[in-house]
Amino acid sequence: MTHQLKDGGQVLNVGMLARVEGEGGMHIEIKDRQVVDVKLNIFEPPRFYEGFLRGRKYTEPPDITARICGICPVAYQSASTEAMETICGITTTPEIQLMRRLLYCGEWIESHALHIFMLHAPDFLGYESVLEMAKDHPDVVNMALRLKKAGNDLMELVGGRAIHPVNVKVGGFYRMPTVSELEALRPALEQGVEDSFAAVQLVAGFDFPEMEQDYTYVSLRHPDWYPLERGTEVVASDGVRFPVAEIPQRIEEFHVQHSHALHARFDGGTYFVGPLARYSNNFDQLSPRCQEAALKAGLGETCRNPFKSIIVRTVELAYAFEEAVRIIDQWRDGHAPSVPTAPRAGEGVGASEAPRGTIWHRYRIDADGVIQDAQIVPPTSQNQASIEADLRLAAQQWVDLDDHMLTHRCEEAIRNYDPCISCATHFLDLRVKRTTSAEQP
Amino acid sequence: MTTTAEHGLAGQPGAAEQHAHPHAHDHDAGTPVVSARPKLAVWKFASCDGCQLSLLNCEDELLSIAEAVHIAYFPEATRAVVEGPYELSLVEGSITTPDDVRRIHEIRAQSGVLVTIGACATAGGIQALRNWADVDEYRSVVYAHPEYLRTLDTSTPIASHVDVDYELRGCPVDKKQLIEVLAAFLGGRKPRIPTYSVCVECKLKGNVCVPVATGRPCLGPVTQAGCGALCPSYGRGCYGCFGPQDSANTASLTKQLVELGMADDDVIRVYRTFNAGAPAFAAASDEVAERVAARSEAAAAAAARADGVVQERGPE
Ligand code: SF4
Ligand code: SF4
Repeated sequence: MTHQLKDGGQVLNVGMLARVEGEGGMHIEIKDRQVVDVKLNIFEPPRFYEGFLRGRKYTEPPDITARICGICPVAYQSASTEAMETICGITTTPEIQLMRRLLYCGEWIESHALHIFMLHAPDFLGYESVLEMAKDHPDVVNMALRLKKAGNDLMELVGGRAIHPVNVKVGGFYRMPTVSELEALRPALEQGVEDSFAAVQLVAGFDFPEMEQDYTYVSLRHPDWYPLERGTEVVASDGVRFPVAEIPQRIEEFHVQHSHALHARFDGGTYFVGPLARYSNNFDQLSPRCQEAALKAGLGETCRNPFKSIIVRTVELAYAFEEAVRIIDQWRDGHAPSVPTAPRAGEGVGASEAPRGTIWHRYRIDADGVIQDAQIVPPTSQNQASIEADLRLAAQQWVDLDDHMLTHRCEEAIRNYDPCISCATHFLDLRVKRTTSAEQP
Repeated sequence: MTTTAEHGLAGQPGAAEQHAHPHAHDHDAGTPVVSARPKLAVWKFASCDGCQLSLLNCEDELLSIAEAVHIAYFPEATRAVVEGPYELSLVEGSITTPDDVRRIHEIRAQSGVLVTIGACATAGGIQALRNWADVDEYRSVVYAHPEYLRTLDTSTPIASHVDVDYELRGCPVDKKQLIEVLAAFLGGRKPRIPTYSVCVECKLKGNVCVPVATGRPCLGPVTQAGCGALCPSYGRGCYGCFGPQDSANTASLTKQLVELGMADDDVIRVYRTFNAGAPAFAAASDEVAERVAARSEAAAAAAARADGVVQERGPE
């Protein structure tokens, strides 16, 4: 709906941004066909996790921080356990690390499948939702549900539950799954490998708007594999690299008036975390089959068109299925589920690659293991400035579209990020305001 | 009471029948097929999206659900918005802002049956921990400009603000229970949701009792069933994510937790998690906290007396 303003400008008000988690708003102001202001407002009410974590025990963050986000609880569990283990000098076993990676594969599969097919694909295929899509594309939707279910089943087995897994603790797990339990999942996971490679081809055939930005891509990096549950260092596309422990010195959070979510700067500038960053910084670590599928899908070794993030996510989906099968192949029974833990006073950082990008936690605890200070930086918060930059570019590039079309395009530009506003943040109230210099704004 | 007669969920806990509001029929223009399906809306307040995600996680049932009900408003899943009134509203999340208070009344007014889903909506969620704290202090810990925030000092369940027809527990809700609530709504009957404790589920599963066998604390005896005794099946004690069962004997459990060697602080924290705001858990934690406070007051008074003795002897 377009409303005339007293000042002659126009405000387009389309309610809330759909198919994202959480709630937010977007304000775009256009004067003389020039975009003059763009703001992403995250209204999601603050839940004060960093406040009430103080005074809790060092063993509690895996259960508590999981509740920040129902879509990527494992990301919070992994980053918090890693931070606590770093602080307390706890070394887990390679098997515990492997099982964390397998659980994380489940989360990537579930979350990526949800975003690719249920939240994002309807944009490209011209539907309001996956449920409508199901009428015309039953095969695709059935495949999507199958893929997503495989991820959830994996999380249920390894984590005990698909949403807010109960099996994760500082030092490892409460219980290790057995070879025979894991083998039961094999057929669905192997089917998932094939389905997801087919899906890469499918999404590669979508029609992508041309838009590129010179982002600073930031992600984790691990010498042996594609970053997922952890990395050894942080790398940026401009060549900067540093250990995970230094993140709090390099990334600065700040508070802007129009959002309930904190923004962040990396080395003083805007940066981008998420699948595009991960992919572009770690293409060499993908499996040969994933690399080949990606190149065939028309991606380069780096990808700078945010609308193509759906292809990158699908490549990562295939990778996660392959990894899951690989881990199950080498799993043997009899490994201890956890190592003993004891608190030690100190401060430390843990980071992992949530489906939406790098997430990091910093805690300070005392000798009794009581949390003195907590800082949790989710991906959407770090990406807010990039999202605004994309919106600015998209709005300018498509300024001649009518308000309805322009709004839709801008919504898509936001959905490219699969923003998880709950982590940071109600209604996505999207407004485009147009004025000309003849009319005083 | 047309709603309950038509669409069920009558006589359930947390919901007197008069709570259901009369509503207009589905005027969704055109085909009778569509208008025969009740309209479903899914709403969100302060939450993690996990409970509404549980609905999307019903991969095997999702398409049948979409055939049985008209998903008219569900922003996480669809851009399409069909205007109310809605025969069934599922509400996730707790009330934490002044705007939330206004919005939940609007939602109540346009909903036939209103069901709250999850610990946030039924007990205030983990964010209800602020109810014991100084929110101004929280603001300044987390945000550089606390003045930018619009938030209340409390996080309260939906039923504290409007009449609720049915409350579904859990953090998150259990998928099977969620489907049972939808089926009950469609069948015009009461949902079959157990009100006994997690202990019963453990017995049904043949789990070894965690506190008895390992000495580890477990909230199972006071927690409502629904998860299938998940934690004990994974070798850990229940941490109460389904909230207190009806008439939970927390006094007895507190005693046992202390006997198992838990310090008072640990006992307070174990009750204050995702269902901290549920009356039974809030009262249990407050009781221990009062005991601790009384003890430290007594200690302070004793210290002051000792001090006083010294001071009396000092120079006047
Ligand atoms: S009850 Fe738990 S799972 Fe449900 S919305 Fe609240 S935090 Fe998320
Ligand atoms: S055992 Fe307790 S804490 Fe664990 S899932 Fe069930 S109700 Fe929640």
